[in-house]
Amino acid sequence: MSAVLIAVLVLLGLGLVFGILLGYSSIRFKVEGNPLVDQVDSLLPQTQCGQCGHPGCRPYAEAIVNNDEAINKCPPGGLSTIEALADLLDVEAIPLDAEHGEEQIKKVAYIREDECIGCTKCIQACPVDAILGAAKQMHTVIVSECTGCDLCVEPCPVDCIDMLPIETTLNGWQWPVPKSGVELIATDRHPGIALEADA
Amino acid sequence: MKNTVKVHSFHGGIHPPENKKQSTGAPISLAPLPSRVVLPLQQHIGLPAEPVVNVGDRVLKGQLVAEAVGRISANIHASVSGTIIAIAPHPVPHMSGMEAGCLIIESDGRDEWIEHQGLEDYTRLPKQELIEYIRQAGIAGMGGAGFPTDVKLHLGDDHIVNTLIINAAECEPYITADDMLMRERANEVLGGIEIIAHLLKPLHIMVGIEDNKPQAIRALHAALDNSPLNLDIVITPTKYPSGGEKQLIKLLTGVEVPSGRIPADVGIVCQNIGTTTAIYRAVVHGEPLISRIVTVTGQAAGHKQNYEVRIGTPFADLLDHSEVRREQMHRLVVGGPMMGITVSNEQIPVIKTTNCLIAGSIEEMPPQPPAQACIRCGMCEQVCPAELLPQQLYWFAKGKEFDKARHHNLFDCIECGACSYVCPSNIPLVQYYRFAKAEIRKEDEEQRKADHARIRFEARLERLEREKIEKEERRKQRAIEAAAAQAAKKDAALSRATTAPASGTMASGAPDLKQLKSNAAIARTKLRKAEKALANAQEKGLEGIETLQATLQQLQLKSEQAEKAYTDAQNTPVQKHTQTAPETDLKQLKNNAAIARTKLKKAEKQLAAAHESGDGDIDALKAQIAELQAKNIAAEKAYKEAESGNNPATAADIDTAELEADIAAMQGKVDKAESAWKAAVESGSPAADKMAAGVDKLKDKLKALQDELTNLRSSASVTPPATVDTSALESEIAVMQGKVDKAENAWKAAVESGSPAADKMAAGVNKLKDKLKALQDELTQAKVSTAAKPAPMTKAEPATSLKEMKQQVSIMRTKLKKAEKQLAELAEGEANPALEADIAELKARHDVAQAIFNAAEAEKAADAARQGIDLKQLKIDAAMARAAVTKAERALSKAEADHKQTLEEELLAARTEAEKLNSTLERFSE
Repeated sequence: MSAVLIAVLVLLGLGLVFGILLGYSSIRFKVEGNPLVDQVDSLLPQTQCGQCGHPGCRPYAEAIVNNDEAINKCPPGGLSTIEALADLLDVEAIPLDAEHGEEQIKKVAYIREDECIGCTKCIQACPVDAILGAAKQMHTVIVSECTGCDLCVEPCPVDCIDMLPIETTLNGWQWPVPKSGVELIATDRHPGIALEADA
Repeated sequence: MKNTVKVHSFHGGIHPPENKKQSTGAPISLAPLPSRVVLPLQQHIGLPAEPVVNVGDRVLKGQLVAEAVGRISANIHASVSGTIIAIAPHPVPHMSGMEAGCLIIESDGRDEWIEHQGLEDYTRLPKQELIEYIRQAGIAGMGGAGFPTDVKLHLGDDHIVNTLIINAAECEPYITADDMLMRERANEVLGGIEIIAHLLKPLHIMVGIEDNKPQAIRALHAALDNSPLNLDIVITPTKYPSGGEKQLIKLLTGVEVPSGRIPADVGIVCQNIGTTTAIYRAVVHGEPLISRIVTVTGQAAGHKQNYEVRIGTPFADLLDHSEVRREQMHRLVVGGPMMGITVSNEQIPVIKTTNCLIAGSIEEMPPQPPAQACIRCGMCEQVCPAELLPQQLYWFAKGKEFDKARHHNLFDCIECGACSYVCPSNIPLVQYYRFAKAEIRKEDEEQRKADHARIRFEARLERLEREKIEKEERRKQRAIEAAAAQAAKKDAALSRATTAPASGTMASGAPDLKQLKSNAAIARTKLRKAEKALANAQEKGLEGIETLQATLQQLQLKSEQAEKAYTDAQNTPVQKHTQTAPETDLKQLKNNAAIARTKLKKAEKQLAAAHESGDGDIDALKAQIAELQAKNIAAEKAYKEAESGNNPATAADIDTAELEADIAAMQGKVDKAESAWKAAVESGSPAADKMAAGVDKLKDKLKALQDELTNLRSSASVTPPATVDTSALESEIAVMQGKVDKAENAWKAAVESGSPAADKMAAGVNKLKDKLKALQDELTQAKVSTAAKPAPMTKAEPATSLKEMKQQVSIMRTKLKKAEKQLAELAEGEANPALEADIAELKARHDVAQAIFNAAEAEKAADAARQGIDLKQLKIDAAMARAAVTKAERALSKAEADHKQTLEEELLAARTEAEKLNSTLERFSE
């Protein structure tokens, strides 16, 4: 009888100890916010271009996590972003939704400076503060900070902003994909060999 | 020869045919002086050097022509004497075959050295200075990557360097440059090692050399006997790639450099044998790195041997000198057959890292057979010197699973090509790894950029938020200050009010009047607010309606009292002071009229807003407007009556000015109403029709005023008013032109956005244009009539007064703006009726001043003013018009065929507009 009692008490005690432990740690190590949103956000290209229909990358990330938004609405990220998102969220990778634009080569904004009238409209539009200038002064784009989001082109009243593709330099050059070989065996290439072997 | 240290082994490796014997037959010979050298500004990893000479400069051999930028970068020196003929892109030895910035020097054939001198005793120089000296000589690793040597010599600062390894393995087939160097210049090699040892102070120095170079080993041993150096010459078995840095370290010390670390992390520094020679020549002879040993070999080469070649010599010169048979040459390879690159352009120059040129025949370098499927034989794994899983990496690279490739230590691959060499399926494995590495680097770079962009984006949001809060705080602060000022003012007024009646003079009468007026205004506003609150409460069925009603009644009483007091006070001084009163009174009345107008305007706007939003008490508003209109009329009448009582001679003049001001104000109203109406139409508000009616009414009023003006003028058609008349007309025209411009712009915008109101707007624009024309006609008529009697005096007078007027106008505008801002800031909190009254007054004054100024300006610069815009505005307009043209063109190019017609028309319109503006602009800028 006492053995049963001891066993019950021990189990109760253990339960209590672990309960307290778990309760404490759930308070002590509480995770603020939704960490998944951060993870999704970190995979997005952060151009803040709004082509997905959301006002920035983070809102899109939130929509993906909370509202089951499709993951194929990010043209600047392209296929690689879709794949990374699919991998993270464990869903099927789907092709880019052409409705939101097509994947393009990386570009940066360029202001034709002698045409700039200094209206500061592009400065206000730039989500990453990559345009330098003041009212009635010429503006210019800090190329290293420009994400190529396109948002400054539309507000320009004199249309002096161009989106130029980033030039390839020796340092920026990349090895191309090797041409995938003809997947056949040697005898297919030289039918004569096979015939000789047969003979 | 026996090794004094134990030789270890590394995993894998291959034994390709050596092909070294061909080029060791002849001694190193000096290549002829090239007629032209091409010096790439970037010959290694890191940043390109910055040119310090200009095109056309004459340079001497050994002169610095481009300076290192940043830490990982090397100086570049002229390798011949001559003239810089270009600093331009030129093909360089790079896998991409791309062009890069190069300095091109045309040799003058004299080969004249710049004055140079070695260090007498380098051991006496502080280490930092010695390293700087070596850096100045532009020395970069001559083995493979061309890493700037001075960076490696600095390693002694933050690492403990136990072992210095001199790489003399030269494991790639064909290449014999280091072999010949050691055979012929062993003293220089050892001298260089001495300098490096002096800088790094290693415990142990080893020279790793493959056993296929017995003559070089002998030469080194012989030189070592005369050298104070204590080093081990370690002979290693011939195996490719024993010359790889990490492989040689493993061979000589048995230590494996951990993945992702550099040899210095395990206390080892490696230097190439060619580099040590360069250091020796720089330190002892003061010669910068301007030449190197290059092996020219291959079946197509006539003389297979080593040459001492100036950096920058085009390959073609070297190939010609060694009599390469071009018809036999199938491929030109720079570097070894395993890791070298094939180039197609013979104008590419020799650079600091070019150790070999192979003019291969088709038998020796057959084209790569097509790749076949991987048969998973595992031979690549057997030969990989980095102990990776090439097959696995191949699958990952091919399937673009770059993350997995990275986890399989792709970046430890040295791209030696051993796996491709042994692959029975001829799979270009190394190319796959290079591709995968590049992709991963690109992704990392993008990730880094994205993180950076996120940080900036968040910083921007934070900044905007902060600015908003700061603004709010400022606003609150100002509200408090304003309240304090108000209280102070009230106190002062109270004290004055008690003393003023006693004195009973005019001086105190005026401020008293003002005070009373503002009191009345305050009371009125309070009353209005209370009414609103009551309405609100009633609507929502809130509690406490009774109390609200009670307060309302109270307020009404107060308001009435205040107004009564005010009107009483107003009437008394008029009766008392007949002499000076009329003028002040006139002003007062004028102000009253202006205030009344403004109020009316406000109320109308309110009504429009109410219509649009479809809520609120429209009837009440309408009643209010009617009341205000009545007041307005009364005020204006009173004013006019008072005015007509004045001296009739000046009255006409003043009257016209007043009328003009009225017209200007009315026009402003019309403009506003029109824009409001347009906005309404665009947003599809149901109130649009009513607003249109309102606009028409306003227009009628305007016309009536204008008629009045013309009547007045015609009645007083004596000579002086005639000049005034034209100026007024001109200003009118200017205003009209501005309106036309505005209307046109609005219409265009509407057309572009496809608004349904566009047609109506077009009609409006036409009407406006007609009006403008009529006015212009009138002006010409007026001018013709006055042409007979030109007034020479009036020319100078307006010029001086113009400036003054302008100043006045701008001062008034500023005041007005300030007041408005204050009001806006206060609007959320408590309303400030006194301020509102002030603003109304200011506005009226501003309007008058503006109108007068406009008239004067029109007199001065009739042409410019007719456009109603200044030069800058014109410029901007022109730029915008141009932009419109380009936009239209773009739209046209994108548009479908059926839209083309309309778009073309639009484009034509935009073009004509742009041209017109441009021509005007040119006219004015001349």
